[in-house]
Amino acid sequence: MTNTIGDIEEADVLLVTGSNTTENHPVLSSFAKRAVKFRGAKLILVDPRKIGMAEFAHVWLRQNLGTDVAWLNGMMHVIIEEGLYNKGFVESRTNGFEDLKKTVAKYTPEYVEGITGIPAEDLKEAARLYATAEKASILYCMGITQHTTGTDNVKSLANLAMLCGHMGKPGTGVNPLRGQNNVQGACDMGGLPNVYSGYQPVADLAVAQKMESAWGVTGLSTKPGLTVTQMMPAAHEGKLKALYVIGENPLVSDPDLNHARKCLEHLDFMVVQDIFLTETAQMADVVLPSCCFAEKDGTFSNTERRVQRVRKAVEPPGQAKDDWEILCALSTRMGYPMTYAGPREIMEEIARVTPSYGGITYERIEDEGLHWPCPNVEHPGTPILHKEQFTSGKGNFHAIEYIPPAEMADEEYPLYLTTGRVLYQYHTGTMTMKSEGLNEKAPECFVEISPEDAEKYNVKDGSRAMIRSRRGEIRVAVKVSPMAVTGTVFIPFHFAQAAANTLTNAALDPVCKIPEFKVCAVQLKQAA
Amino acid sequence: MDAQPSITLNGNTFSFTPGETILEVARRHDIDIPTLCHLKRATPTGACRICMVEVEGARTLLAACATPAADNMVVHTESPKVVDARKAILRLMLSSGNHNCAVRGGDDEDWTAFQLRVQKDDGSDALCPVWGDCELQNLAYRYQVSGERFPAVETPYPMETVNPFIVRDFSRCILCGRCVQACNDVQVNHAINFGYRGSVTKIVASGDRPLKDSNCVFCGECVQACPVGALVEKDVRYRHRPWEMKKVRTTCSYCGVGCQMILHVKENQVVKVTGAQDVPPNWGSLCVKGRFGFNFIASPDRLKTPLVKENGAFREATWEEALDKVTEKLQEIKDRHGSDSIGVLASARTTNEENYLAQKFTRAVLKTNNIDHCARL
Ligand code: SF4
Ligand code: SF4
Ligand code: SF4
Ligand code: FES
Repeated sequence: MTNTIGDIEEADVLLVTGSNTTENHPVLSSFAKRAVKFRGAKLILVDPRKIGMAEFAHVWLRQNLGTDVAWLNGMMHVIIEEGLYNKGFVESRTNGFEDLKKTVAKYTPEYVEGITGIPAEDLKEAARLYATAEKASILYCMGITQHTTGTDNVKSLANLAMLCGHMGKPGTGVNPLRGQNNVQGACDMGGLPNVYSGYQPVADLAVAQKMESAWGVTGLSTKPGLTVTQMMPAAHEGKLKALYVIGENPLVSDPDLNHARKCLEHLDFMVVQDIFLTETAQMADVVLPSCCFAEKDGTFSNTERRVQRVRKAVEPPGQAKDDWEILCALSTRMGYPMTYAGPREIMEEIARVTPSYGGITYERIEDEGLHWPCPNVEHPGTPILHKEQFTSGKGNFHAIEYIPPAEMADEEYPLYLTTGRVLYQYHTGTMTMKSEGLNEKAPECFVEISPEDAEKYNVKDGSRAMIRSRRGEIRVAVKVSPMAVTGTVFIPFHFAQAAANTLTNAALDPVCKIPEFKVCAVQLKQAA
Repeated sequence: MDAQPSITLNGNTFSFTPGETILEVARRHDIDIPTLCHLKRATPTGACRICMVEVEGARTLLAACATPAADNMVVHTESPKVVDARKAILRLMLSSGNHNCAVRGGDDEDWTAFQLRVQKDDGSDALCPVWGDCELQNLAYRYQVSGERFPAVETPYPMETVNPFIVRDFSRCILCGRCVQACNDVQVNHAINFGYRGSVTKIVASGDRPLKDSNCVFCGECVQACPVGALVEKDVRYRHRPWEMKKVRTTCSYCGVGCQMILHVKENQVVKVTGAQDVPPNWGSLCVKGRFGFNFIASPDRLKTPLVKENGAFREATWEEALDKVTEKLQEIKDRHGSDSIGVLASARTTNEENYLAQKFTRAVLKTNNIDHCARL
């Protein structure tokens, strides 16, 4: 997030899109709900489903799946057309306005209505609300990123915020909500194929040299590596021979699972280090038992870039070990001795080699976490990004055209499917499904369908349906719900037994390689 | 001269910022005015009156939580008048419902009958489930009162136990309204409110239905807010007592909000979770996953030893064996097919320190940049 969680409550207008906030980030959603209820903030919700936040929305725009660039361009069209943009901000802090203006010129509200299904008047109202607010904040989640055009969607949101100058101040910003507890930290720490910790590029020779001397090694590769979505096909082609998986379960979370399984079968060797024998671990050659969060010391970085302590409360079961200990042991065996007294000492090394974490120490974050960038121990941390200027000087507008989703509904597969999460389960369910109470509330996979579609396809609430896509089929319970829009069904992806990702499309965003989980075409039939 | 206004509390003068309540000024200076209905982050309702203080020149006692401090105000927080008033309130509260924590008087005959009835209601022969962790009990002890001067009043509403997370025991409810504010003003879930009125007032969920059939999302904010034993975690009730549990503060391991939480540990098991008060980002709030989704930690399905696959089936192995095998295979594949034939998936679930080492291992030892995690998914 460019801003903090607490900051959400300061906003006058909130634009929430692609985030089922009350179910996926419940505590954060309460900041938004309080802003609306007690501070009179206006909420613009853009979401294909009638999610919990709709109850608090001033305007709810229900877009057709995969048409986000179109409505965002439409909003910018209105804002420019009506002269509501922040001319001072655009002039002094951005580049590329003219190109943006040219591109969005054709996205009139009427044209956009044809693509997105959003009534032209509603779009105008939303545009005016956002543009004329004193402080407006954008919150988004995977409903924005999990598309073949995910990168375009994110850039378009940044365009909109810059256009109106809603950046760098309390109550503003472009705020991605991270799904998993330490996604932010995993990225910050260089768990990415193209960067070391602190986003230092692997392709930069000077960086490689710095890391070589810090680590006392030679020959660090300057060639960016493969993303997870590229590793799968590489395994299939036999280019990737071994995979070491730490605490992930791609066999439920990856798109097009049947294909993912085949890919992993091609590997010569797979190690899985986890707390449970997950679907993925069952395919491994060696499984290493690791500690869960309650059994270890360390830090997580939350979605607002706040580095916070994790503390050991209980002993691990059996012989399970800390992930860091396992890595040290392995590294030492492979000829590179790694020894640390504990996580605190690892953090000291992180601070030495990672500029944005330079000032993070366990002492400083004992009570309250600090927001990176925090370059040195005197620095108070950075709750709000881009205050005076953008990281790279001026902010660049990206003129972006709308591209339809990779798979469209047709005669054979007439319904759109979108996937997501529910309140009572988490990710692939390996943790939440161990709580009886949570299972009682969300026992099994279901397809959420509108009353009209239920009638059309002759299925009843509580009955069973078969859902088929070009990639596979699953059998699930039917849940007729006013949350669904006619023509589109929703399935949560948590459940391995009826894995929604058997159906989803592995088509990737060309830049950030995120699969299009949020749109694919399916057919639905009453189950025998 | 200091331009800031000042107030005198129990003979000491303190300056304050306009807008601060008497309670806030007192708390800042460690003067302990008791409260029951007062809930941080919500507007004071002044419902319980336990925080009443004597203000010179005022005709009645005033609620400290709802009265703004004023310049030159002179306040007594524990004067005889104040203490008497508090005692009266506490007696009334203790006499209505199943407050069987033994602060209720001693040797009248009624006592045994009362305990037996409460134990039957509770389905337990132990004292109140929040014994030792109850604000009413603390105050009764502090002011040395019991409920015996009034006849015990039974509550007309039976206990609700039909959801998996929360037990609602109306017999112990003092109608302070903290849960209502927690639900409506803090979490804004709009699940519960005051219902009926007068002597039969009850905290009800939409249309007086069980929580499970209401808007309730089981965030448990109300449980954490309840000062007494009227709202208790089902799995904690009569199984774990506060003095048996060690508390460890940590960060939630589910979503990216990173709520600060307290793990309550007994015999090497996490048995209860509460939100860490007064710290960002969550200021005490949690959601159902964070508060109630901890059973996986001690699940019997946890992996306990390394496993090695032989002829298509796993067998248990020692760490030596397993690590030797991994070392040998990775080395062999690296030598034969090159560093880029190996990939590592780091984890959005493990710590920063562990992710850092995972990339260090990948880059410095395996010599490839093939490292990613499932954040995209
Ligand atoms: S658990 Fe949460 S939603 Fe349910 S009544 Fe309590 S505060 Fe409200
Ligand atoms: S249930 Fe607890 S918090 Fe709610 S009114 Fe009763 S005593 Fe107060
Ligand atoms: S308690 Fe809920 S909202 Fe808070 S971090 Fe955990 S999962 Fe997220
Ligand atoms: S705490 Fe002030 S009236 Fe209840």
